[in-house]
Amino acid sequence: MQFDTPATTNPIDRMKVVGKPIHRIDGQLKTTGRAKYAYEWHDADVAYAYGYGYPVGSAIAKGRITSMDTSAAKAAPGVLAVVTTLDVGDLKKGQFNTANLFGGTQIQHYHQAIAVVVAETFEEARSAASLIKVDYAEEKGVFDLETAAEKAVKPDESQQPDSAAGDFDAAFRAAPVTLDARYATPDQSHAMMEPHASIAAWNGDEVTLWTSSQMIDWWRGDFAQTLGIDKEKVHLMSPFIGGGFGGKLFLRVDAVLAAFGAKACGRPVKVALPRPFIANNTTHRPATLQRIRIGAQRDGKITAIGHESWSGNLPDGSLETAVMQTRLLYAGENRMTAMRLAALDLPEGNAMRAPGEAPGLMALEIAVDEMAEKLGIDPIAFRIINDTQVDPENPERPFSHRDLIGCLKLGAERFGWHARKAPAARREGNWMIGLGVAAAFRNNLVLPSGARVRLDGDGIVTVETDMTDIGTGSYTIIAQTAAEMMGVGIDRVAVQLGDSRFPVSAGSGGQFGANSSTSGVYAACIKLREAVARKLGFNSVDVIFEDGSVRSGNRTVPLAEAAGADGLVGEDTMTWGDLTETHQQSTFGGHFVEVGVDVATGETRIRRMLAVCAAGRILNPITARSQMIGAMTMGAGGALSEELAVDTRRGFFVNHDLAGYEVPVHADIPHQEVIFMDETDPYSSPMKAKGVGELGLCGVAAAIANAIYNATGVRVRDYPITLDKLIGGLPDVA
Amino acid sequence: MKAFTYERASTAEAAARAAAENPGAKYIAGGTNLLDLMKLEIETPQHLIDVNGTGLDKIAATPEGGLRIGALVRNTDLAANETVRRDYGLLSRALVAGASGQLRNKATTAGNLLQRTRCPYFYDPNQPCNKRLAGSGCSAIGGVTRQLGVIGTSDACIATHPSDMAVAMRALDAEIETVKSDGATRSIPIADFHRLPGDAPHIETALEDGEFITAVVLPKPIGGKQIYRKVRDRASYAFALVSIAAVVQPDGRGRVAVGGVAPKPWRLEAADAELSNGARATSGILLEGARPTDDNRFKIDLVERTLGAVIAEARG
Repeated sequence: MQFDTPATTNPIDRMKVVGKPIHRIDGQLKTTGRAKYAYEWHDADVAYAYGYGYPVGSAIAKGRITSMDTSAAKAAPGVLAVVTTLDVGDLKKGQFNTANLFGGTQIQHYHQAIAVVVAETFEEARSAASLIKVDYAEEKGVFDLETAAEKAVKPDESQQPDSAAGDFDAAFRAAPVTLDARYATPDQSHAMMEPHASIAAWNGDEVTLWTSSQMIDWWRGDFAQTLGIDKEKVHLMSPFIGGGFGGKLFLRVDAVLAAFGAKACGRPVKVALPRPFIANNTTHRPATLQRIRIGAQRDGKITAIGHESWSGNLPDGSLETAVMQTRLLYAGENRMTAMRLAALDLPEGNAMRAPGEAPGLMALEIAVDEMAEKLGIDPIAFRIINDTQVDPENPERPFSHRDLIGCLKLGAERFGWHARKAPAARREGNWMIGLGVAAAFRNNLVLPSGARVRLDGDGIVTVETDMTDIGTGSYTIIAQTAAEMMGVGIDRVAVQLGDSRFPVSAGSGGQFGANSSTSGVYAACIKLREAVARKLGFNSVDVIFEDGSVRSGNRTVPLAEAAGADGLVGEDTMTWGDLTETHQQSTFGGHFVEVGVDVATGETRIRRMLAVCAAGRILNPITARSQMIGAMTMGAGGALSEELAVDTRRGFFVNHDLAGYEVPVHADIPHQEVIFMDETDPYSSPMKAKGVGELGLCGVAAAIANAIYNATGVRVRDYPITLDKLIGGLPDVA
Repeated sequence: MKAFTYERASTAEAAARAAAENPGAKYIAGGTNLLDLMKLEIETPQHLIDVNGTGLDKIAATPEGGLRIGALVRNTDLAANETVRRDYGLLSRALVAGASGQLRNKATTAGNLLQRTRCPYFYDPNQPCNKRLAGSGCSAIGGVTRQLGVIGTSDACIATHPSDMAVAMRALDAEIETVKSDGATRSIPIADFHRLPGDAPHIETALEDGEFITAVVLPKPIGGKQIYRKVRDRASYAFALVSIAAVVQPDGRGRVAVGGVAPKPWRLEAADAELSNGARATSGILLEGARPTDDNRFKIDLVERTLGAVIAEARG
């Protein structure tokens, strides 16, 4: 099915199951420990012993390996096999990988995998891994973004590095009120709970991989390409994922090492990446340096807006697209954006939850707050003045649906925004109290998504798709979609995900998963409904699926009976026409934060958070809220503590564990409230839904930064906003 | 983790004897730090002596009116002890400021004193570290140092001691009781217990090889307002950027020990004497001669500011 005209009334609009606050259907499996994650997987029907693989990472950041001595490791107790990067030689890199995962002599970054030791036990493998001796020819690398940015280049046009409209320079010069400020965001780690983990089992020239992947088909293709085998020879399964945040979008080395280890020892092999590898072996969100210029009339109308960003990556790596939201978020006739890429020898930078918008809004939404203050206009009013209902770079392109103003107004009312005082004007004991606001903005992306839906003789509807559930609630919203479409209760629907034998879906990323994958299920259900109608001789146009039966005119047939003993199947893939080109599809919100800053120590503690979101139809308010509060928590970390600290001499992220890379703990997260605007977007899909998983993060950190400014009068433009950046500007207490 | 042999000791004396018989052995009690370090092969003992059965898990009054805390008393139990909460509130507050509930349930009094630094370079076996491998160099100096020490450090090491409990004990003038393999016992003032790194940062305490901690003894209560203020980036489960353990008497005099700034709990009697003159005077003496890095220079200011808040709280 191709979605190429705006949705009209369809079975989803019945909202008997879709849109209901249904607890996640896989919840009990998870709370009782029966949901098997990649490393825990075992097939009870097969009698075999696993080999335990433990990876070895490069001790240098750049250079090449001149020799490796594995003799002691091979002789260590329990060792079954040692496979080194020299043993396998150069491998073909996956289509989605920038850094080489394994193979050959070249070292591109710290903790690049250079060997796997397989042993009878995990402990034996880990112990033997430390016995491998490696000689390197170390090369000088570039690890400091500020230095490297001086030589940054404009990447190729496919990355859309520049945009412009009107005459920015002239308008900025002429504007009576201007802002020209620089901001910095640090490298960040996905820091998901479940590390990357895989089990590989060979059967002849075929390999089965249980792994932790957000994108089954991308992984399958790149896994095959890296191993130099046919994609059809790979069976990949990832039914449960303990968090990904973008870190599991692309093939990682645990899968490759498990496959080589399994081949070498003739047994299935499991490999999990040790925690330090998450920072330095896998991908991260790249740091950015940003410059924002805004010019406005005294009435608050923006006349010029410019946003530039510099980020680094390995050669052939991509940009952190931090200016993208600035092309769309606010009106203004004269505009420019530009992104430049610096060459760095740090680990690969790549997508992390809301890539581009998350760091971009960290800067832009401080700048907007600063500009509002310069103008003497309330920051919410300033945003409303500069709202736009069209793509400001291409005014003939309207937004499909945009209610940023509604979010900000409702949020202001609910949060008590009127109580906000001048900077550093509100004290409660040792706490300086401040309120902050930021706009949330993230585009609604769609990807083709397929599904197969079976109806059996018991009236059970089973959905099969390679869609993944990374903790987001995919199982549940897919079940709701199928239940709604087929007119059955959710207890009559089974959902099977994350298996490469199932139709290729959108996968999980870019907040495209929920809308795209349920649309794929919608399409498959349409096919199944047609099959049911055809079998019963009904005219499919006037058939009603309701209460477990199918009805046409006066005739009602239970679905179980309609399916018969052989059952019926519908399969289809939702593809997308040009509605995303003719109409700008985005999601919107307002983040409101109240902080307290300790007047003596500069410690910031969040007191209240509210998000109001306009993101199309909310498929399940429980799982959507869960996405939001999780993202708001991540935003709190981004604002206050999360930073991969770069050793610019030795070229690695130093704080590579969860003690050093500080994500928020429960004590950091206060009352969180989420409100969804009651809306639909018929341009987005037959579901009329859009994503929320990344919207929830976008703008949070800036709202916190603005609240800190309101509390203290100290403006910090360099994240994370740690106390050392504040105390110099706080009142004397001694 | 390297393979090791394992035994259980049933008395302190037996534990010390076993250590003498097994050079390179380590005692294990809660294991909350040692096991992590063994997994990373930062610690590679060939023999572990489990001391959980030595019965040193009692808290008892001393004839001098103080308190003897058995080496194996868990942090949770020590923090919750009625006498500790009443007479040594500083200690209880420091304990609950540390680690997490789960870790405090396992971690012991002696183990807490002996925990090793959280310097990230110490934790990465690929990086030179004089504390981990004597003579290999310090990669922290010139690197990422925001958390690291500003005073008492050396050109060989700028790591801090991470304990909260020990900072409170330093302010309370605790003494550490030990037994050696020959049965000899001694008592070490906590001021002398942790060593400054000098040119041998791998030697961290005054303990001799195999010497076994049996108890920590607190002198009789000194009253006063007892405040432990830990400053950190997140609200829980983080090591101190700076912590202040203070006992302030009604006349304004008192004691102050500082955590997060030095290789040991940092207290100077000369600084105590300035306490009634305020935070600036006190911290000026406490941190005289400090050698901060660009990354952690803020700690100088932070000590003064935090101490100012603590003094104000004590007076209020």
